Amino acid sequence: MRVGVVVFPGSNCDHDAYHVVKHVCGQEARFVWHKEADLAGLDAIILPGGFAYGDYLRTGAIARFSPVMGAVVAFAKKGGPVLGICNGFQVLQEAGLLPGAMLRNKNVKFLSQPVHVRVERDDTIATVGVAVGRVLTLPIAHGEGNFYLPDDELDRLEGEGRVVFRYTTKAGQLDESANVNGSSRAIAGVCNEARNVVGLMPHPERAAEPELGSADGRCLLEALTRTLVPA
Amino acid sequence: MKARVYVTLKKSVFDPQGKTIHDALGSLGYAAVADVRQGKFFELQFEGLAADKAREAADDIARRVLANPVIESYRVEIEG
Repeated sequence: MRVGVVVFPGSNCDHDAYHVVKHVCGQEARFVWHKEADLAGLDAIILPGGFAYGDYLRTGAIARFSPVMGAVVAFAKKGGPVLGICNGFQVLQEAGLLPGAMLRNKNVKFLSQPVHVRVERDDTIATVGVAVGRVLTLPIAHGEGNFYLPDDELDRLEGEGRVVFRYTTKAGQLDESANVNGSSRAIAGVCNEARNVVGLMPHPERAAEPELGSADGRCLLEALTRTLVPA
Repeated sequence: MKARVYVTLKKSVFDPQGKTIHDALGSLGYAAVADVRQGKFFELQFEGLAADKAREAADDIARRVLANPVIESYRVEIEG
């Protein structure tokens, strides 16, 4: 399968994502410049982390109007797997493919640290084959990762089983201290109704090899590639 | 024709920056400040548009681009 890694001006995890897909997961990968509007030949799309368009106005707000995003929306609507990591998640929210918006972290600080997230669903393109309840240690690096939705919409999201990851303790327990950015209901990642679009704030691509301190993220990128291999 | 667009977090949304500023004001002795909300301010300079059309355009821009309706609300003012 062939994975496209979108490159916006200001993306800075594009090479990490490309490296892990190609050299760790052993799949084909290619960069997709944000001016491209044709995703033909690609089986999955990753929107990487970074600061697309400098995150001017709001995180992801300008990036969503770039030419490639029209193609990404069409690709997602047809059921194509799309994974948004950190800034990529924020772009997917702005584009209306994923719910919610990101507020500044509750302590108003940019947080760059390892966190623990619990896998809540195994029926999405990024978690198929990953045990529900498994706790992954992944790095975060963001100033705006404080997931927000009004309470009634959070209830609906949870009712539809669309919370994919939550910040927990290492033992997988919900705890205020583990929810470092103050996200509503400790939400670290969500999916769309069809479960083919997933966004998460932590960086699995930065923790996919033991040399980097954790290889926990590898399973998510492998899941993405697994979804497309015929059973 | 100039349009001013004010974007603020909705009242129901916690504003971590406003809270931090409020705390700082408290420590500076401004005890009468009950709350602080931070927002964004935009000036749009239009050319060749009548006031009603400028308001329409500014409203459209504010809704589509300048504000995120999940967390923010906006207000448009037109200056002749």
